[in-house]
Amino acid sequence: MHPAPSVIIFTILSGLGFGLFFWLGLGMPDVSGGTAFAFFFIAYTLSCVGLIASTFHLPNKKNAIYAFSQWRTSWLSREGIVAVVTLFTFALIAIPRIFLGAEMVFTGVLGSFFAFVTVITTGMIYTQMKTIPRWRQPMTPVMYMLHALGGGALLAGESKIAGWLLLALSLVLLVMWRVGDQHAAARGTTADATGLAHLGEVRMLESGHTARNYVVDEMVYRIGRKHAAKLRVIALALAGVLPAAILLLTPPGHVTAFLALALHLPGIVIGRWLFFAEAEHVVGLYHGK
Amino acid sequence: MTALPDKTDKKLGLVIDLDTCVGCQGCVTACKGWNTQNYGAPLSDTDPYGADPGGTFLNRVFSYEAQAEGRPAQTVHIPRSCLHCDDAPCVTVCPTGASYKRSEDGIVLVNEDRCIGCGLCAWACPYGARELDHEAGIMKKCTLCVDRIYNENLPEEDRVPACVRTCPTGARHFGDLGDPDSDVSKLVADRGGYDLMPDLGTKPVNKYLPPRPKDTLNTQPLKAVADKPQGFLGWLDKALEKL
Repeated sequence: MHPAPSVIIFTILSGLGFGLFFWLGLGMPDVSGGTAFAFFFIAYTLSCVGLIASTFHLPNKKNAIYAFSQWRTSWLSREGIVAVVTLFTFALIAIPRIFLGAEMVFTGVLGSFFAFVTVITTGMIYTQMKTIPRWRQPMTPVMYMLHALGGGALLAGESKIAGWLLLALSLVLLVMWRVGDQHAAARGTTADATGLAHLGEVRMLESGHTARNYVVDEMVYRIGRKHAAKLRVIALALAGVLPAAILLLTPPGHVTAFLALALHLPGIVIGRWLFFAEAEHVVGLYHGK
Repeated sequence: MTALPDKTDKKLGLVIDLDTCVGCQGCVTACKGWNTQNYGAPLSDTDPYGADPGGTFLNRVFSYEAQAEGRPAQTVHIPRSCLHCDDAPCVTVCPTGASYKRSEDGIVLVNEDRCIGCGLCAWACPYGARELDHEAGIMKKCTLCVDRIYNENLPEEDRVPACVRTCPTGARHFGDLGDPDSDVSKLVADRGGYDLMPDLGTKPVNKYLPPRPKDTLNTQPLKAVADKPQGFLGWLDKALEKL
Protein backbone atom coordinates (compact mmCIF):
# COMPACT_ATOMS: atom_id res chain seq x y z
CA MET A 1 0.00 0.00 0.00
CA HIS A 2 1.13 3.52 -0.76
CA PRO A 3 2.39 5.12 2.48
CA ALA A 4 0.76 8.56 2.19
CA PRO A 5 2.71 11.03 4.40
CA SER A 6 -0.53 12.69 5.50
CA VAL A 7 -1.88 9.41 6.86
CA ILE A 8 1.39 8.56 8.62
CA ILE A 9 1.51 12.01 10.25
CA PHE A 10 -2.16 11.76 11.18
CA THR A 11 -2.03 8.32 12.80
CA ILE A 12 1.13 9.17 14.75
CA LEU A 13 0.24 12.66 15.98
CA SER A 14 -3.38 12.02 16.80
CA GLY A 15 -2.43 8.68 18.35
CA LEU A 16 -0.06 10.51 20.69
CA GLY A 17 -2.56 13.31 21.30
CA PHE A 18 -5.46 11.01 22.16
CA GLY A 19 -3.08 8.81 24.17
CA LEU A 20 -2.09 11.85 26.25
CA PHE A 21 -5.76 12.78 26.64
CA PHE A 22 -6.41 9.25 27.95
CA TRP A 23 -3.99 9.71 30.85
CA LEU A 24 -4.99 13.34 31.51
CA GLY A 25 -8.60 12.23 31.83
CA LEU A 26 -7.58 9.76 34.51
CA GLY A 27 -5.77 12.53 36.38
CA MET A 28 -2.29 11.36 35.47
CA PRO A 29 -0.43 13.57 36.07
CA ASP A 30 -2.67 15.25 38.66
CA VAL A 31 -2.05 18.85 37.68
CA SER A 32 -3.96 22.14 37.63
CA GLY A 33 -3.41 25.74 36.63
CA GLY A 34 -0.58 26.56 34.23
CA THR A 35 0.89 23.05 34.25
CA ALA A 36 -2.49 21.59 33.32
CA PHE A 37 -2.76 24.17 30.56
CA ALA A 38 0.60 23.05 29.15
CA PHE A 39 -0.42 19.39 29.13
CA PHE A 40 -3.82 20.04 27.56
CA PHE A 41 -2.24 22.39 25.04
CA ILE A 42 0.15 19.63 23.92
CA ALA A 43 -2.67 17.08 23.71
CA TYR A 44 -4.91 19.42 21.70
CA THR A 45 -2.07 20.45 19.38
CA LEU A 46 -1.06 16.87 18.61
CA SER A 47 -4.59 15.57 18.07
CA CYS A 48 -5.80 18.58 16.07
CA VAL A 49 -2.70 18.84 13.87
CA GLY A 50 -3.04 15.10 13.24
CA LEU A 51 -6.71 15.37 12.33
CA ILE A 52 -6.04 18.33 10.03
CA ALA A 53 -3.13 16.44 8.42
CA SER A 54 -5.49 13.57 7.67
CA THR A 55 -7.50 15.89 5.43
CA PHE A 56 -4.44 16.97 3.40
CA HIS A 57 -4.76 14.08 0.96
CA LEU A 58 -8.49 14.65 0.46
CA PRO A 59 -9.07 16.22 -2.93
CA ASN A 60 -12.67 17.18 -2.11
CA LYS A 61 -12.51 18.78 1.32
CA LYS A 62 -15.73 20.69 0.68
CA ASN A 63 -17.72 17.51 1.28
CA ALA A 64 -15.87 16.69 4.52
CA ILE A 65 -18.87 17.46 6.74
CA TYR A 66 -20.65 14.39 5.36
CA ALA A 67 -17.89 12.21 6.83
CA PHE A 68 -19.71 12.37 10.18
CA SER A 69 -22.86 10.79 8.76
CA GLN A 70 -22.16 7.09 8.22
CA TRP A 71 -21.41 5.81 11.73
CA ARG A 72 -23.69 2.81 11.22
CA THR A 73 -21.29 1.08 8.82
CA SER A 74 -18.09 3.07 8.39
CA TRP A 75 -15.16 2.93 10.84
CA LEU A 76 -13.74 6.10 9.29
CA SER A 77 -16.97 7.95 10.02
CA ARG A 78 -17.05 6.54 13.56
CA GLU A 79 -13.48 7.68 14.12
CA GLY A 80 -14.33 11.22 13.01
CA ILE A 81 -17.34 11.42 15.32
CA VAL A 82 -15.62 9.95 18.39
CA ALA A 83 -12.58 12.18 17.83
CA VAL A 84 -14.74 15.31 17.83
CA VAL A 85 -16.73 14.09 20.86
CA THR A 86 -13.44 13.46 22.69
CA LEU A 87 -12.11 16.93 21.88
CA PHE A 88 -15.33 18.56 23.18
CA THR A 89 -15.42 16.40 26.30
CA PHE A 90 -11.89 17.39 27.17
CA ALA A 91 -12.80 21.06 26.87
CA LEU A 92 -15.23 20.37 29.74
CA ILE A 93 -12.38 18.77 31.69
CA ALA A 94 -9.54 21.13 30.80
CA ILE A 95 -11.26 24.45 31.54
CA PRO A 96 -12.34 23.60 35.13
CA ARG A 97 -8.98 21.95 35.85
CA ILE A 98 -6.94 24.86 34.59
CA PHE A 99 -9.01 27.74 35.98
CA LEU A 100 -10.84 26.28 38.98
CA GLY A 101 -8.52 23.48 40.05
CA ALA A 102 -11.51 21.13 39.94
CA GLU A 103 -10.74 17.41 39.63
CA MET A 104 -13.53 16.47 37.16
CA VAL A 105 -13.26 12.77 38.01
CA PHE A 106 -16.40 11.47 36.28
CA THR A 107 -16.05 13.59 33.12
CA GLY A 108 -12.36 12.70 33.11
CA VAL A 109 -13.03 8.96 33.03
CA LEU A 110 -15.66 9.49 30.35
CA GLY A 111 -13.18 11.54 28.29
CA SER A 112 -10.52 8.85 28.69
CA PHE A 113 -13.02 6.27 27.49
CA PHE A 114 -13.76 8.36 24.38
CA ALA A 115 -10.03 8.86 23.74
CA PHE A 116 -9.52 5.09 24.00
CA VAL A 117 -12.39 4.42 21.57
CA THR A 118 -10.96 6.98 19.10
CA VAL A 119 -7.66 5.13 18.98
CA ILE A 120 -9.39 1.77 18.52
CA THR A 121 -11.53 3.14 15.66
CA THR A 122 -8.34 4.32 13.93
CA GLY A 123 -6.98 0.77 14.12
CA MET A 124 -10.27 -0.69 12.91
CA ILE A 125 -10.14 1.36 9.69
CA TYR A 126 -7.20 -0.83 8.70
CA THR A 127 -8.24 -4.04 10.43
CA GLN A 128 -11.56 -4.19 8.57
CA MET A 129 -9.89 -4.55 5.15
CA LYS A 130 -10.39 -8.11 3.94
CA THR A 131 -8.43 -7.10 0.85
CA ILE A 132 -5.25 -6.50 2.87
CA PRO A 133 -4.72 -9.80 4.71
CA ARG A 134 -1.67 -8.52 6.60
CA TRP A 135 -3.80 -5.96 8.45
CA ARG A 136 -6.77 -8.20 9.10
CA GLN A 137 -5.82 -9.53 12.53
CA PRO A 138 -6.62 -8.69 16.17
CA MET A 139 -3.12 -7.31 16.76
CA THR A 140 -3.65 -4.35 14.41
CA PRO A 141 -5.99 -2.35 16.70
CA VAL A 142 -4.00 -3.52 19.75
CA MET A 143 -0.86 -2.13 18.13
CA TYR A 144 -2.56 1.22 17.46
CA MET A 145 -3.88 1.28 21.03
CA LEU A 146 -0.49 0.51 22.63
CA HIS A 147 1.25 3.07 20.43
CA ALA A 148 -1.19 5.73 21.59
CA LEU A 149 -1.34 4.83 25.27
CA GLY A 150 2.39 4.09 25.52
CA GLY A 151 3.42 7.29 23.74
CA GLY A 152 0.74 9.20 25.67
CA ALA A 153 2.06 7.91 29.00
CA LEU A 154 5.54 8.97 27.97
CA LEU A 155 4.27 12.50 27.23
CA ALA A 156 2.30 12.50 30.49
CA GLY A 157 5.50 11.77 32.41
CA GLU A 158 4.25 8.39 33.65
CA SER A 159 7.61 6.69 33.03
CA LYS A 160 6.97 3.27 34.53
CA ILE A 161 3.54 2.85 32.92
CA ALA A 162 5.01 3.98 29.61
CA GLY A 163 7.86 1.50 29.99
CA TRP A 164 5.52 -1.46 30.52
CA LEU A 165 3.23 -0.37 27.67
CA LEU A 166 6.14 0.01 25.25
CA LEU A 167 7.40 -3.41 26.30
CA ALA A 168 3.94 -4.79 25.53
CA LEU A 169 4.03 -2.90 22.22
CA SER A 170 7.30 -4.65 21.32
CA LEU A 171 5.71 -8.06 21.88
CA VAL A 172 2.58 -7.08 19.96
CA LEU A 173 4.68 -5.87 17.02
CA LEU A 174 6.45 -9.24 16.89
CA VAL A 175 3.15 -11.15 16.96
CA MET A 176 1.59 -8.77 14.41
CA TRP A 177 4.47 -9.24 11.96
CA ARG A 178 4.43 -13.02 12.38
CA VAL A 179 0.68 -13.35 11.88
CA GLY A 180 0.82 -10.77 9.08
CA ASP A 181 3.48 -12.76 7.22
CA GLN A 182 1.33 -15.89 7.46
CA HIS A 183 -1.75 -14.02 6.22
CA ALA A 184 0.19 -12.43 3.37
CA ALA A 185 1.63 -15.78 2.30
CA ALA A 186 -1.87 -17.28 2.26
CA ARG A 187 -3.41 -14.58 0.07
CA GLY A 188 -3.29 -16.83 -3.00
CA THR A 189 -1.88 -16.64 -6.49
CA THR A 190 -2.72 -15.08 -9.84
CA ALA A 191 -4.34 -18.42 -10.75
CA ASP A 192 -6.66 -18.18 -7.72
CA ALA A 193 -7.53 -14.54 -8.35
CA THR A 194 -8.39 -15.09 -12.00
CA GLY A 195 -10.20 -18.37 -11.34
CA LEU A 196 -8.06 -20.06 -14.00
CA ALA A 197 -6.22 -22.51 -11.73
CA HIS A 198 -7.84 -25.45 -13.55
CA LEU A 199 -5.95 -24.43 -16.70
CA GLY A 200 -2.54 -24.84 -15.09
CA GLU A 201 0.11 -22.28 -14.20
CA VAL A 202 -1.15 -18.75 -14.75
CA ARG A 203 1.01 -15.68 -15.34
CA MET A 204 0.20 -12.19 -16.49
CA LEU A 205 0.99 -11.72 -20.16
CA GLU A 206 -0.09 -8.13 -20.61
CA SER A 207 -1.46 -5.65 -18.10
CA GLY A 208 -4.49 -3.55 -18.86
CA HIS A 209 -2.43 -0.38 -18.95
CA THR A 210 0.86 0.75 -20.42
CA ALA A 211 1.20 3.71 -18.06
CA ARG A 212 0.95 4.10 -14.31
CA ASN A 213 -2.51 4.36 -12.83
CA TYR A 214 -4.27 4.95 -9.53
CA VAL A 215 -4.73 1.31 -8.58
CA VAL A 216 -1.08 0.46 -9.18
CA ASP A 217 0.23 3.61 -7.47
CA GLU A 218 -2.00 3.15 -4.46
CA MET A 219 -2.23 -0.60 -3.97
CA VAL A 220 0.60 -2.34 -5.75
CA TYR A 221 3.29 -0.34 -3.91
CA ARG A 222 6.20 -2.69 -3.31
CA ILE A 223 9.20 -0.61 -2.29
CA GLY A 224 8.64 -1.32 1.40
CA ARG A 225 8.91 -5.06 0.95
CA LYS A 226 12.58 -4.95 -0.02
CA HIS A 227 14.06 -3.82 3.30
CA ALA A 228 11.17 -4.92 5.48
CA ALA A 229 13.23 -7.22 7.70
CA LYS A 230 15.84 -4.55 8.52
CA LEU A 231 13.24 -1.83 9.04
CA ARG A 232 11.33 -4.09 11.43
CA VAL A 233 14.39 -4.52 13.62
CA ILE A 234 15.02 -0.76 13.62
CA ALA A 235 11.36 0.05 14.38
CA LEU A 236 11.18 -2.55 17.13
CA ALA A 237 14.36 -1.32 18.80
CA LEU A 238 13.61 2.41 18.55
CA ALA A 239 9.86 2.41 19.19
CA GLY A 240 9.64 -0.36 21.76
CA VAL A 241 12.61 -2.19 23.24
CA LEU A 242 15.12 0.65 23.84
CA PRO A 243 12.70 3.21 25.32
CA ALA A 244 11.10 0.47 27.42
CA ALA A 245 14.51 -0.56 28.75
CA ILE A 246 15.45 3.04 29.56
CA LEU A 247 12.14 3.76 31.28
CA LEU A 248 12.02 0.55 33.31
CA LEU A 249 15.69 0.24 34.27
CA THR A 250 16.56 3.83 35.16
CA PRO A 251 15.02 6.05 37.84
CA PRO A 252 12.31 8.34 36.42
CA GLY A 253 13.50 11.77 35.39
CA HIS A 254 13.22 14.36 32.65
CA VAL A 255 16.44 13.33 30.93
CA THR A 256 15.57 9.63 30.65
CA ALA A 257 12.01 10.44 29.58
CA PHE A 258 13.30 12.80 26.91
CA LEU A 259 15.80 10.22 25.68
CA ALA A 260 13.07 7.57 25.52
CA LEU A 261 10.83 9.95 23.56
CA ALA A 262 13.68 10.87 21.20
CA LEU A 263 14.10 7.18 20.37
CA HIS A 264 10.39 6.37 20.32
CA LEU A 265 9.35 9.04 17.80
CA PRO A 266 11.61 8.02 14.87
CA GLY A 267 10.76 4.42 15.74
CA ILE A 268 7.04 4.94 15.26
CA VAL A 269 7.59 6.90 12.05
CA ILE A 270 9.57 3.98 10.59
CA GLY A 271 7.12 1.41 11.96
CA ARG A 272 4.09 3.28 10.64
CA TRP A 273 5.69 3.81 7.22
CA LEU A 274 6.41 0.09 7.07
CA PHE A 275 2.88 -0.77 8.23
CA PHE A 276 1.58 0.74 4.99
CA ALA A 277 4.51 0.14 2.65
CA GLU A 278 4.83 -3.59 3.24
CA ALA A 279 1.10 -4.37 3.19
CA GLU A 280 -0.02 -6.39 0.18
CA HIS A 281 -3.40 -5.75 -1.42
CA VAL A 282 -5.03 -8.74 -3.11
CA VAL A 283 -5.54 -6.73 -6.32
CA GLY A 284 -1.78 -7.13 -6.81
CA LEU A 285 -2.50 -10.77 -7.73
CA TYR A 286 -4.16 -9.58 -10.94
CA HIS A 287 -0.92 -7.75 -11.71
CA GLY A 288 1.16 -10.83 -10.94
CA LYS A 289 2.65 -9.07 -7.89
CA MET B 1 -26.77 5.57 3.30
CA THR B 2 -23.84 3.23 3.14
CA ALA B 3 -25.81 0.40 4.68
CA LEU B 4 -26.39 -2.21 1.99
CA PRO B 5 -29.98 -3.00 1.01
CA ASP B 6 -31.21 -6.34 2.46
CA LYS B 7 -32.33 -7.37 -0.97
CA THR B 8 -32.45 -5.77 -4.40
CA ASP B 9 -35.42 -6.13 -6.74
CA LYS B 10 -33.12 -6.85 -9.67
CA LYS B 11 -29.47 -7.77 -9.91
CA LEU B 12 -28.32 -6.05 -13.06
CA GLY B 13 -24.86 -7.07 -14.11
CA LEU B 14 -22.55 -8.39 -16.78
CA VAL B 15 -21.65 -11.87 -17.87
CA ILE B 16 -18.25 -11.96 -19.57
CA ASP B 17 -17.31 -14.90 -21.75
CA LEU B 18 -13.58 -15.57 -21.38
CA ASP B 19 -13.78 -18.11 -24.19
CA THR B 20 -14.90 -15.50 -26.69
CA CYS B 21 -13.04 -12.40 -25.53
CA VAL B 22 -10.11 -11.66 -27.82
CA GLY B 23 -8.66 -8.82 -25.74
CA CYS B 24 -9.25 -6.17 -28.39
CA GLN B 25 -9.76 -3.41 -25.75
CA GLY B 26 -12.88 -2.21 -27.61
CA CYS B 27 -14.91 -2.26 -24.37
CA VAL B 28 -12.22 -0.21 -22.62
CA THR B 29 -12.40 2.47 -25.30
CA ALA B 30 -16.20 2.51 -25.52
CA CYS B 31 -16.44 2.78 -21.74
CA LYS B 32 -13.97 5.64 -21.56
CA GLY B 33 -15.74 7.44 -24.40
CA TRP B 34 -19.26 7.17 -23.01
CA ASN B 35 -18.33 7.90 -19.42
CA THR B 36 -16.24 10.91 -20.34
CA GLN B 37 -19.07 12.57 -22.21
CA ASN B 38 -22.05 11.68 -20.08
CA TYR B 39 -23.03 11.14 -16.41
CA GLY B 40 -20.69 12.57 -13.77
CA ALA B 41 -17.20 14.02 -13.85
CA PRO B 42 -15.33 13.08 -17.06
CA LEU B 43 -12.64 10.39 -16.96
CA SER B 44 -9.57 12.58 -17.19
CA ASP B 45 -6.14 11.89 -18.62
CA THR B 46 -3.06 13.36 -17.01
CA ASP B 47 -0.11 14.35 -19.17
CA PRO B 48 -1.63 12.47 -22.14
CA TYR B 49 0.99 13.46 -24.70
CA GLY B 50 3.90 13.83 -22.29
CA ALA B 51 6.51 11.52 -20.88
CA ASP B 52 4.42 10.19 -18.02
CA PRO B 53 0.86 9.72 -19.22
CA GLY B 54 -1.88 8.40 -16.95
CA GLY B 55 -5.64 8.32 -16.90
CA THR B 56 -8.82 7.08 -15.31
CA PHE B 57 -10.56 4.00 -16.69
CA LEU B 58 -13.54 2.08 -15.37
CA ASN B 59 -12.77 -1.09 -17.25
CA ARG B 60 -9.42 -2.62 -18.10
CA VAL B 61 -8.59 -5.83 -19.92
CA PHE B 62 -5.71 -7.93 -18.62
CA SER B 63 -4.25 -10.86 -20.54
CA TYR B 64 -2.98 -14.00 -18.88
CA GLU B 65 -1.18 -17.07 -20.09
CA ALA B 66 -2.23 -20.41 -18.63
CA GLN B 67 -0.28 -23.58 -19.20
CA ALA B 68 -0.81 -27.05 -17.81
CA GLU B 69 1.96 -29.65 -17.66
CA GLY B 70 2.68 -31.06 -21.14
CA ARG B 71 0.06 -28.91 -22.85
CA PRO B 72 0.38 -25.88 -25.09
CA ALA B 73 -0.08 -22.50 -23.39
CA GLN B 74 -3.34 -20.64 -23.85
CA THR B 75 -4.11 -16.96 -23.60
CA VAL B 76 -7.09 -15.76 -21.59
CA HIS B 77 -8.20 -12.12 -21.63
CA ILE B 78 -9.98 -10.96 -18.51
CA PRO B 79 -11.81 -7.63 -18.61
CA ARG B 80 -12.21 -6.24 -15.10
CA SER B 81 -14.68 -3.58 -14.00
CA CYS B 82 -17.01 -3.17 -11.02
CA LEU B 83 -18.77 -6.47 -10.28
CA HIS B 84 -21.68 -4.71 -8.49
CA CYS B 85 -21.27 -7.04 -5.51
CA ASP B 86 -24.25 -7.99 -3.37
CA ASP B 87 -22.08 -7.57 -0.31
CA ALA B 88 -20.09 -4.63 -1.59
CA PRO B 89 -17.29 -3.77 0.89
CA CYS B 90 -16.64 -0.48 -0.92
CA VAL B 91 -20.08 0.78 0.10
CA THR B 92 -19.96 0.09 3.82
CA VAL B 93 -16.52 1.65 4.38
CA CYS B 94 -17.53 4.99 2.82
CA PRO B 95 -17.60 7.65 5.56
CA THR B 96 -19.77 10.15 3.69
CA GLY B 97 -22.52 8.03 2.20
CA ALA B 98 -21.27 8.83 -1.32
CA SER B 99 -21.05 5.13 -2.17
CA TYR B 100 -24.33 3.31 -2.31
CA LYS B 101 -26.03 0.27 -3.76
CA ARG B 102 -29.42 0.83 -5.34
CA SER B 103 -32.21 -1.32 -3.93
CA GLU B 104 -34.14 -1.31 -7.21
CA ASP B 105 -31.50 -2.80 -9.51
CA GLY B 106 -28.41 -3.46 -7.38
CA ILE B 107 -26.15 -1.02 -9.23
CA VAL B 108 -23.32 0.35 -7.05
CA LEU B 109 -22.86 4.07 -7.64
CA VAL B 110 -20.94 7.07 -6.28
CA ASN B 111 -22.78 10.27 -5.43
CA GLU B 112 -20.16 12.72 -6.65
CA ASP B 113 -21.61 15.58 -4.60
CA ARG B 114 -20.71 13.74 -1.40
CA CYS B 115 -17.40 12.04 -2.26
CA ILE B 116 -14.34 13.44 -0.46
CA GLY B 117 -11.90 11.30 -2.45
CA CYS B 118 -10.46 9.57 0.63
CA GLY B 119 -9.89 6.40 -1.39
CA LEU B 120 -10.97 3.97 1.32
CA CYS B 121 -13.52 2.33 -1.02
CA ALA B 122 -10.74 1.59 -3.52
CA TRP B 123 -8.79 -0.09 -0.73
CA ALA B 124 -11.81 -2.18 0.20
CA CYS B 125 -12.39 -3.41 -3.37
CA PRO B 126 -10.48 -6.63 -4.15
CA TYR B 127 -10.87 -6.15 -7.90
CA GLY B 128 -9.20 -2.77 -8.45
CA ALA B 129 -12.49 -1.57 -9.90
CA ARG B 130 -12.41 1.95 -8.49
CA GLU B 131 -10.04 4.67 -9.63
CA LEU B 132 -9.74 8.14 -8.16
CA ASP B 133 -9.90 10.73 -10.91
CA HIS B 134 -6.93 13.01 -10.38
CA GLU B 135 -8.56 16.01 -12.07
CA ALA B 136 -11.93 15.87 -10.33
CA GLY B 137 -10.70 14.33 -7.08
CA ILE B 138 -13.69 12.02 -7.14
CA MET B 139 -13.83 8.25 -7.02
CA LYS B 140 -14.96 6.86 -10.36
CA LYS B 141 -16.40 3.45 -11.04
CA CYS B 142 -18.54 1.53 -13.50
CA THR B 143 -22.13 2.78 -13.40
CA LEU B 144 -23.33 -0.07 -15.59
CA CYS B 145 -24.10 2.86 -17.91
CA VAL B 146 -27.07 3.80 -15.77
CA ASP B 147 -27.57 6.74 -18.15
CA ARG B 148 -27.94 4.39 -21.14
CA ILE B 149 -29.88 1.39 -19.89
CA TYR B 150 -32.97 3.40 -18.84
CA ASN B 151 -32.56 6.14 -21.47
CA GLU B 152 -35.65 6.30 -23.63
CA ASN B 153 -34.01 8.82 -25.94
CA LEU B 154 -31.77 6.06 -27.23
CA PRO B 155 -32.89 3.38 -29.70
CA GLU B 156 -33.79 0.20 -27.81
CA GLU B 157 -30.73 -1.76 -28.98
CA ASP B 158 -28.50 0.91 -27.46
CA ARG B 159 -30.03 0.59 -23.98
CA VAL B 160 -27.22 -1.64 -22.75
CA PRO B 161 -23.85 -0.63 -21.26
CA ALA B 162 -21.44 0.85 -23.82
CA CYS B 163 -18.97 -2.03 -23.35
CA VAL B 164 -21.66 -4.60 -24.18
CA ARG B 165 -22.91 -2.64 -27.17
CA THR B 166 -19.45 -2.31 -28.66
CA CYS B 167 -18.02 -5.79 -28.06
CA PRO B 168 -17.28 -7.13 -31.56
CA THR B 169 -17.18 -10.79 -30.50
CA GLY B 170 -20.29 -10.77 -28.34
CA ALA B 171 -18.29 -11.73 -25.29
CA ARG B 172 -20.18 -9.37 -23.00
CA HIS B 173 -23.77 -9.91 -21.92
CA PHE B 174 -26.00 -7.65 -19.83
CA GLY B 175 -29.10 -8.60 -17.88
CA ASP B 176 -30.81 -9.39 -14.58
CA LEU B 177 -28.82 -12.04 -12.77
CA GLY B 178 -31.40 -12.08 -9.97
CA ASP B 179 -33.99 -13.62 -12.32
CA PRO B 180 -33.19 -17.32 -12.85
CA ASP B 181 -35.10 -17.30 -16.17
CA SER B 182 -33.20 -14.40 -17.73
CA ASP B 183 -30.89 -15.09 -20.68
CA VAL B 184 -27.81 -14.16 -18.67
CA SER B 185 -28.78 -16.47 -15.77
CA LYS B 186 -29.32 -19.35 -18.20
CA LEU B 187 -25.96 -18.64 -19.79
CA VAL B 188 -24.27 -18.72 -16.40
CA ALA B 189 -26.01 -22.00 -15.53
CA ASP B 190 -25.11 -23.61 -18.90
CA ARG B 191 -21.48 -22.57 -18.96
CA GLY B 192 -20.59 -22.80 -15.28
CA GLY B 193 -20.14 -19.05 -14.77
CA TYR B 194 -17.98 -18.22 -11.76
CA ASP B 195 -17.22 -15.42 -9.30
CA LEU B 196 -13.86 -13.69 -8.98
CA MET B 197 -12.28 -14.23 -5.55
CA PRO B 198 -15.38 -15.80 -3.96
CA ASP B 199 -13.63 -16.40 -0.60
CA LEU B 200 -13.62 -12.68 0.13
CA GLY B 201 -17.39 -12.89 0.57
CA THR B 202 -18.25 -9.98 -1.73
CA LYS B 203 -20.88 -12.02 -3.64
CA PRO B 204 -20.24 -10.40 -7.03
CA VAL B 205 -23.20 -10.07 -9.39
CA ASN B 206 -21.04 -10.09 -12.53
CA LYS B 207 -20.06 -13.58 -13.64
CA TYR B 208 -17.24 -14.89 -15.80
CA LEU B 209 -17.71 -17.83 -18.18
CA PRO B 210 -14.60 -20.02 -18.16
CA PRO B 211 -12.76 -20.80 -21.41
CA ARG B 212 -14.23 -23.96 -23.00
CA PRO B 213 -12.01 -27.02 -22.60
CA LYS B 214 -9.72 -27.50 -25.58
CA ASP B 215 -9.37 -30.91 -27.22
CA THR B 216 -6.01 -32.64 -27.58
CA LEU B 217 -4.47 -33.60 -30.89
CA ASN B 218 -3.71 -37.28 -31.43
CA THR B 219 -1.46 -36.61 -34.39
CA GLN B 220 2.03 -35.14 -34.13
CA PRO B 221 2.29 -32.75 -37.07
CA LEU B 222 5.88 -31.74 -36.44
CA LYS B 223 7.28 -35.25 -36.06
CA ALA B 224 9.87 -36.32 -38.70
CA VAL B 225 8.27 -38.59 -41.35
CA ALA B 226 11.25 -40.93 -41.54
CA ASP B 227 14.23 -41.51 -39.29
CA LYS B 228 16.57 -42.52 -42.12
CA PRO B 229 16.53 -40.79 -45.52
CA GLN B 230 15.91 -43.14 -48.45
CA GLY B 231 16.07 -43.00 -52.26
CA PHE B 232 17.65 -39.91 -53.79
CA LEU B 233 17.90 -38.12 -50.44
CA GLY B 234 19.52 -41.23 -48.97
CA TRP B 235 22.13 -41.25 -51.74
CA LEU B 236 22.70 -37.50 -51.29
CA ASP B 237 23.09 -37.95 -47.54
CA LYS B 238 25.67 -40.69 -48.01
CA ALA B 239 27.50 -38.77 -50.73
CA LEU B 240 27.75 -35.65 -48.60
CA GLU B 241 28.92 -37.69 -45.59
CA LYS B 242 31.80 -39.05 -47.69
CA LEU B 243 33.04 -35.63 -48.78
